[in-house]
Amino acid sequence: MSKTFRIRKGLDISLKGIPENIFDSDNFPNLYSLKPIDFIGVTPKLLLKEGEKVKKGEAVFFDKYRPEVKFVSPVSGTVKEVKRGEKRKLLEIIIESDSSNQAVEFNMKDYDLDNSEKTIALLHQAGLWSFFKKRPYGIIANPEEKPLDIFITMFDSAPLAPDFNFILKDKKEAINLALRTIRTFTDGNVYLNFRKDSELVNIIEDQNQYEINYFVGPHPAGLPGVQINQISPINKGDVYWTLNGVDLPIIGDFLLHGVYNPERIVALAGSEVSEPKYFKTILGADISSYIESRLKTQHVRVISGNALTGSNITESNFLGFYDSLITVIPEGDTYEMFGWALPGFNKLSMSSTFLSKLIPGKKFAPNTNIHGGKRAFVMTGQYEKVCPIDIYPQLLIKAILAEDIDKMEQMGIYEVIEEDIALCEFACTSKIDIQEIMRNGLDLMIREMS
Amino acid sequence: MKFLRKNIDKIKPNFEEGGKFYFLHSVFDGFETFLYAPNHVTKKGSHIRDSIDMKRTMIIVVVALFPAILMGIYNTGLQHFIATGQAQEFWPMIGYGLFKVVPLIAVSYIVGLGIEFVFAQIRRHEINEGFLVTGMLIPLIVPADTPLWMLALATAFAVIIGKEVFGGTGMNILNPALTTRAFLFFAYPSWMSGDKVWISGMMNGEGVIDGYSGATLLAQSAAGAKEFVNGLGEKITQMDMFVGTIPGSVGETSVAAILLGAIILLITGIGSWRIMFSTLAGGIVMGLILNAFAVNPAMEVPWFEHLMIGGFAFGMVFMATDPVTGAQTNRGKYIYGFLIGFLAILIRVLNPAYPEGMMLAILLMNVFAPLIDHMVVQGNRKKRLKRSVIIKA
Repeated sequence: MSKTFRIRKGLDISLKGIPENIFDSDNFPNLYSLKPIDFIGVTPKLLLKEGEKVKKGEAVFFDKYRPEVKFVSPVSGTVKEVKRGEKRKLLEIIIESDSSNQAVEFNMKDYDLDNSEKTIALLHQAGLWSFFKKRPYGIIANPEEKPLDIFITMFDSAPLAPDFNFILKDKKEAINLALRTIRTFTDGNVYLNFRKDSELVNIIEDQNQYEINYFVGPHPAGLPGVQINQISPINKGDVYWTLNGVDLPIIGDFLLHGVYNPERIVALAGSEVSEPKYFKTILGADISSYIESRLKTQHVRVISGNALTGSNITESNFLGFYDSLITVIPEGDTYEMFGWALPGFNKLSMSSTFLSKLIPGKKFAPNTNIHGGKRAFVMTGQYEKVCPIDIYPQLLIKAILAEDIDKMEQMGIYEVIEEDIALCEFACTSKIDIQEIMRNGLDLMIREMS
Repeated sequence: MKFLRKNIDKIKPNFEEGGKFYFLHSVFDGFETFLYAPNHVTKKGSHIRDSIDMKRTMIIVVVALFPAILMGIYNTGLQHFIATGQAQEFWPMIGYGLFKVVPLIAVSYIVGLGIEFVFAQIRRHEINEGFLVTGMLIPLIVPADTPLWMLALATAFAVIIGKEVFGGTGMNILNPALTTRAFLFFAYPSWMSGDKVWISGMMNGEGVIDGYSGATLLAQSAAGAKEFVNGLGEKITQMDMFVGTIPGSVGETSVAAILLGAIILLITGIGSWRIMFSTLAGGIVMGLILNAFAVNPAMEVPWFEHLMIGGFAFGMVFMATDPVTGAQTNRGKYIYGFLIGFLAILIRVLNPAYPEGMMLAILLMNVFAPLIDHMVVQGNRKKRLKRSVIIKA
């Protein structure tokens, strides 16, 4: 029986530059990258050296502690560069495409998709397992822990998020095959969570196999953390798997043809984009030359993902593994005279202290300025306004800062990951880096609980 | 304006690490960020941030205090002119009020900010904006005749012992402004209580009419007066209480001015409506209970007059709502506020040794706020525990 959940707390940040539902030209450049830093909790072990040939779907690196989890090349070509950071930390592996389309192929006739154990092993081998994440902690799922349920998010509520109705509507066959296969992975429910009145639900076959739910309300309604909290809150010891709807076509396509083909429709959006639209590309693609001709101004920040949780790719220019959105906003490294005293008709704020509040429905083009200095916790009640999960975010953050494991557990650390409280960070008057603290807390929990 | 920016950039290296004025870097930073919102951009986490910061938050509270300050200046002059029997002309009264109140504000800011600057420097922090508000609250909750040296000492005590020893703004347990007031009250009781200090000039008797009494309404009520009167024996109406033309501390007499401030705080969302609302409710409930028994004149004071006399309104709007020392959880705020209102009226009426219950009620609840929060959070914790037990079973 499908239900409708109404999310009351949260905030839809209205930004300029919403993508139009139109396709721009495709972007299949020469360079692609795999970024180990996209995969939280993974310790990468490199399999290839610079200059070596690589096929599409061939493993480039694997997780040191779980060698069966492989990360594969999105194209065929040569390893052009291995970028390392401090302490030789692996940052990025850049692959130059040779457009020959040589790929690692699996003969799908040999596999019985009803056998979940073998299918999961196949997905591991083919490098597709990294799409499956787990709660708690938001890291790549471990098939040894049986999930109670699987949650699949079929919409994105983040600022300027792509419209899943538009980017998934032509993928009916692949999506349904992926869903049928995932259905065998758990004895519990497979939840498909749609935005209320989504047309996408019509492409789902055998709807009685899944629990289909609808969500109404502001961001973060589209995040799995919020949806799980509404439907079946996480308790200590529980494991749920989560999957983003945009990854279903890639999984389904592989199950159909036996070839890893990570093509994705991505939105280019934000106030500095001249005509925000969608384009087809490949995960990890270099987007520098593509976006160059499509920008209004040059002093910008390019973000892979949304403005709240995405990663800064202004320097490196490669689309992240999990992202289906490129956001471009102005950099904010300018001074503003008496900034704290101005009436602020153009200031984006959740508070009612700027006159911009008087213009309903106004769209903003905020820059990356922090707007103020870092302070101790002073204001209260701000986080609660934008956190629909029934935790006390400020107390959880304080428990993490104190590294008090028991307190963290009591305050519900299993129920949230950093994206769920990204809006708290946006709203914070004291400019505290909440997402970073949250991830540190989760890392600590992973270390302590293993 | 480019010129100013250029010059600031030119002298800035002197104040950075290794520069010859490094020991003044916090002060420099304070002034620079006052002139210009800094150019820092987000490095991690959310790329966009809300435009609000601590400076704007605190400035809005100061703006909300302005009606009370202006009314305080006027009333200081007015009370003095009545007590000395002078003709009540507007501008001379304002002039006298300014002459008395501005030094109080100046001393509070100079002493408090001076200490803040030193501590920020020692801790290598940016200067906290919290004292912008505290420094304005302090002169408004003391009598106009408070000697400046006493005020300076009390402010220093409150900032150092009340706040900095705990780690500075955001870490303190007690409201610093009320700590100042409590210090004055308990350290100099002979000066700070009685009937004289409330009217400027009465302490040293500058031409005050013979037999003029400067007793506040609370003192009169504690003394068992049937009816509130001013120093000349004329009846004080409810309108006088609302407008604030009665003896009392500088900024707390005018309910009308405080109400204006409350409106600003509520519209901007800076002050917690939960705390204000529940404090009001607590005061009304206790007032009604006392009225129901009404065995002595103090208990007969109608509940709505309680809300207008003494520091009740000022404490409710500006003191109880301090986010640092108040309860932090939404449910906790209701309990915290209600108990403040409830206890303030209770102390006021039933304990005549301390006619102003509001100060003590807020300080007491400041101490209990973490406990209230703890109990509220326990509820959340138990819910989580119960949920997991039910499912596991």
